[in-house]
Amino acid sequence: MNPWVRLMSKNVANICIMLILPLVFIIIWFYLAKSIDNTVILPSPAMVLQLLSHPSENLISMGSLTNNIFISLLRVLAGYILAVMLAIPLGILMGYYAKIFQLFNTFVGLFRPIPPLAWVPLVLAWFGISSFATLTGVERGILFIYLNNIKLSMVFIIFIGAFYPVLTSAIYGVKNVKKTLIDSARVLGASESDIFFKILIPAAKPSIVNGMRIGLGVAWMCLVSAEMLPGSLSGIGYLITHAYTIARTDVVIAGMISIGVVGALMDTLFRIFEEKKFKWQRLIR
Amino acid sequence: MPEPIITINQLSKTYHTERGKEIKAIENFNLQIYVNNFICIVGPSGCGKSTLLRIIAGLDSASSGLVSFQGQPISKPSRDIGMVFQEYSLLPWLTVIDNVALGLEFAKQSRSVRLDVAVSFLKMVGLEDYARAYPYELSGGMQQRVAIARALANNPQVLLMDEPFGALDAHTRILMQKELLAIWEKNMKTIVFVTHSVDEAIYLADTIIVMSSHPGGVKEVIKVNMARPRDRANPIYGQLASQILCMLEEEVTKVK
Ligand SMILES: Nc1ncnc2c1ncn2[C@@H]1O[C@H](COP(=O)(O)OP(=O)(O)OP(=O)(O)O)[C@@H](O)[C@H]1O
Ligand SMILES: [Mg+2]
Repeated sequence: MNPWVRLMSKNVANICIMLILPLVFIIIWFYLAKSIDNTVILPSPAMVLQLLSHPSENLISMGSLTNNIFISLLRVLAGYILAVMLAIPLGILMGYYAKIFQLFNTFVGLFRPIPPLAWVPLVLAWFGISSFATLTGVERGILFIYLNNIKLSMVFIIFIGAFYPVLTSAIYGVKNVKKTLIDSARVLGASESDIFFKILIPAAKPSIVNGMRIGLGVAWMCLVSAEMLPGSLSGIGYLITHAYTIARTDVVIAGMISIGVVGALMDTLFRIFEEKKFKWQRLIR
Repeated sequence: MPEPIITINQLSKTYHTERGKEIKAIENFNLQIYVNNFICIVGPSGCGKSTLLRIIAGLDSASSGLVSFQGQPISKPSRDIGMVFQEYSLLPWLTVIDNVALGLEFAKQSRSVRLDVAVSFLKMVGLEDYARAYPYELSGGMQQRVAIARALANNPQVLLMDEPFGALDAHTRILMQKELLAIWEKNMKTIVFVTHSVDEAIYLADTIIVMSSHPGGVKEVIKVNMARPRDRANPIYGQLASQILCMLEEEVTKVK
């Protein structure tokens, strides 16, 4: 057989296997919806598909799916980037210097078990409905619309969610660097900054990037709770809660599917990056 | 008599384990190493050979006693004392050639100089075809040869080698021994070489140190007065080997 044909048929077979369960799921959903026959309890797949296939159409006078997803992404990215910028340097320092680890570990560990949602009352008391627009002083224009949509309270909740996975993986990435690698660099004349930038960070990178991927997933999951906060009038999480209050279950489900797809997409992009960049780690003996 | 390049005086090293136990790895170790000496250290497993090399390299500190290099106490690693480790130590995210050039990178040499030097040392260990490969694509023995090239490319005055040929097959091992002797003769280096193989020690060394175990110390210092290149068929070779094996057997049975 031609190798191309063989490769193709192998891929086709793989895709078929991946599609079995989703198809079964949709079929069951279809029959359940038909027998319940109440679109508030369970709308049919076709209704939801109808919404999903026109993602840029205005829904329940709240803007389109794509627009709401875009606003949600902006919020998540704002909180996530802040978390990453703080967690990675702190994690590297905590992983390398025992004293810094001791200094921070108990303190940081105290906050770790608190679910992001439990911060809501406090966060509202602190930030109310102030947003990035309040912070930057922008008062009009398209920029204002976007900045005003990024409420500090939401960013904080997302920050908390993303912070811990990134921090933990940075700490353990650095702690698990093989000591021989550091020793061999030392005898070759490495300075302290060489050790840091040419040994520790590259060696810990796969673990750090893995933590970033998990952190982004958690941040995305915190979104709905963040967008239920007062002051929010948009975003995919808000769209879902609002659709619920007006009994548009089809919009709820379409929103949920969008969240799932976007989350899976971001995860896959990270995975592809990891696979490409850190092949050495998988093949190491 | 010239000054020794490395002096080890009354060296002791005690490890404190996490359970509060004390392990005397080395006790009262004395040795003087002169420029261009080829010293081989043999001794039973766990007698403190790696510990000794790590202290000379400046990676570990002595519990008591003094180790000095050119009259100066050794307190931290330096480019002058290179080391090939017993376990694999290449950076897995760098290609073979970048690994060999690592010391020169730390020394802030230009990239073209780094690559030139690295290529010449890769040729020496017979791996120039693998310059662009990653360590995981190499066998254990090949990785160890890269580690040797990496240490040599840094041009240290003293080279510490901790069982560098342990993972090689007999044939490659003998080739590498010849190569190492050639480098040593050409570059006037001082080498301290740990090995489990008595044959290897006799083939390479000016002086063989047989270590006692628990705690590790100098049991016997043996000068090898055979002309180089040494002939394994020479009867002195065999006599020396059986003599050393006898000493090692004493040390191994002592433990039990
Ligand atoms: N970090 C450590 N903590 C506690 N004990 C240690 C440590 N490193 C080594 N030892 C102990 O010191 C002794 C000497 O160890 P070392 O690694 O120097 O032996 P070795 O002669 O190199 O053995 P081998 O030939 O098997 O490599 C051993 O008894 C070992 O258990
Ligand atoms: Mg050892």
